[in-house]
Amino acid sequence: MSKETRDHIINYLKNNLRYDGRNNLQYREVTVETNVVKTAEGSARVKLGDTELIAGVKFEVGKPYPDIPEEGTIMVNAELLPMSNPEFESGPPQIQAIELARVVDRGIRESKAIDTKKLCIKAGEQVWTVIIDLIPLNDAGNLFDAAALAAMAALKSAHFPALEGQKIDYKKPTKQKLPLVAEPISVTVLKIGSYFVVDPLLQEEEILDARLTVATLDDGTICALQKGGKLPLSIEEIEQMIDIATDKAKELRKHLR
Amino acid sequence: MAQAHRLQKVIMMSYKKRIDGRKFDELREIEAKVGVIKNADGSAYFRIGKTIAYAAVYGPRDLFPKFLQDPEKGLLRTNYNMMPFSGSGERVKPGPSRRSREISYVTEKALSPVVNLEDFPNSVVDVFIELTQTDAGSRCAGICAASMALADAGIIMKDLVAAVSVGSVDGQIVLDLDYDEEAYDKGDVADIPLAMIPSTGQFSLLQMDGKISKENLMKALEMGKKALPKIIEIQRNALKKKFEVMQNE
Repeated sequence: MSKETRDHIINYLKNNLRYDGRNNLQYREVTVETNVVKTAEGSARVKLGDTELIAGVKFEVGKPYPDIPEEGTIMVNAELLPMSNPEFESGPPQIQAIELARVVDRGIRESKAIDTKKLCIKAGEQVWTVIIDLIPLNDAGNLFDAAALAAMAALKSAHFPALEGQKIDYKKPTKQKLPLVAEPISVTVLKIGSYFVVDPLLQEEEILDARLTVATLDDGTICALQKGGKLPLSIEEIEQMIDIATDKAKELRKHLR
Repeated sequence: MAQAHRLQKVIMMSYKKRIDGRKFDELREIEAKVGVIKNADGSAYFRIGKTIAYAAVYGPRDLFPKFLQDPEKGLLRTNYNMMPFSGSGERVKPGPSRRSREISYVTEKALSPVVNLEDFPNSVVDVFIELTQTDAGSRCAGICAASMALADAGIIMKDLVAAVSVGSVDGQIVLDLDYDEEAYDKGDVADIPLAMIPSTGQFSLLQMDGKISKENLMKALEMGKKALPKIIEIQRNALKKKFEVMQNE
């Protein structure tokens, strides 16, 4: 992106105004729909303006890890489809997809959102694995927040399939829901020039100096952080960004109800 | 005695009523839209029953690596993919499989007869087909969506392409098999995915697996040929609808 475009965007940010008419700390319209994929045990579609992403939850049964024989496992995967953005290429997951999946994974795992002890079927032998796939249909910026929100909405909508002996009968969903004990919400704050911005457009992501993704719980506890971008951040900036993220998380959290 | 027994078996096993209650020549419910993916040059959504396909078209755009470029004609490149949660059973492992690569290949062959490749020398038109959920017939749904997305992208085409599967379940010819019918285990099943170019009535996709007599195969193809114009109508209406909306704005 040219220096002129960058200057242009920053000039607007100076007046608390964005390309699409929003304020610097304003989200686009957020919509969350659940049960959008009939073949998944849980699913959600999140839209942030023109950004659209689907999260699907599938259950499998497997052996537990030897160091935690009484706990089930979770896995988060993201596929950045070339359908959703002309910049994405086909092939094995690129680093962007890996980072996205790992940041969402950490928010869920470190907040202990899922009580993995309740995913144990037979200690040391058989446990549930919960797999969350995050797939953007259209990337118009801010996949991080869309993916984290979709993952939580999909987990909340999920029902265990029936288990017959060692095998899952996917055609028979049960009434049993996932043991969710916390709801992490991710907000990504960008630093562009000397300004902070949330819910970036693609053009804003291209010129960011730094970004900080902050996952918080409803009591303000921070459960995951990820800094990105080429420039470093001062401790004062980090504090401001966390405050913005904690505040904005309250808005996003309403969409999980 | 043996003959009487065999006769009884035939009567008992015949497929008299479809599992989901449809008539034998009835399509599942279809929903079609274009312009569903903003980033793409053209896009479409096609749902038939519980099978949902999205297609996005990017291009014509420069083709790399450069040695693939052809100054005489462009390249139509299709990619069919099932999302990991779109299968009716276990999670589908992400990434290309032998199955998805073959489907991508036959999809390209199903679509290319209607696309004027000479219109975009040295370039590529990429077609990405993604299934969010499936209940059989996914390659056909993908072809229907892809053909609409190409038209939506303004690629010059001789015609649209419509696709559906036909087949036989325990000797009964049926249209648009769902997963329960494909998995029917009380008799032979044949599944025949078809794609047709409506203006010529020719088929550009024809595959089959299962068992069927030649007589029944010909009947099944006729049934498909009769049903496909209904799908074309739905595809056309979806395209018209977008442009009506644009005119009114």
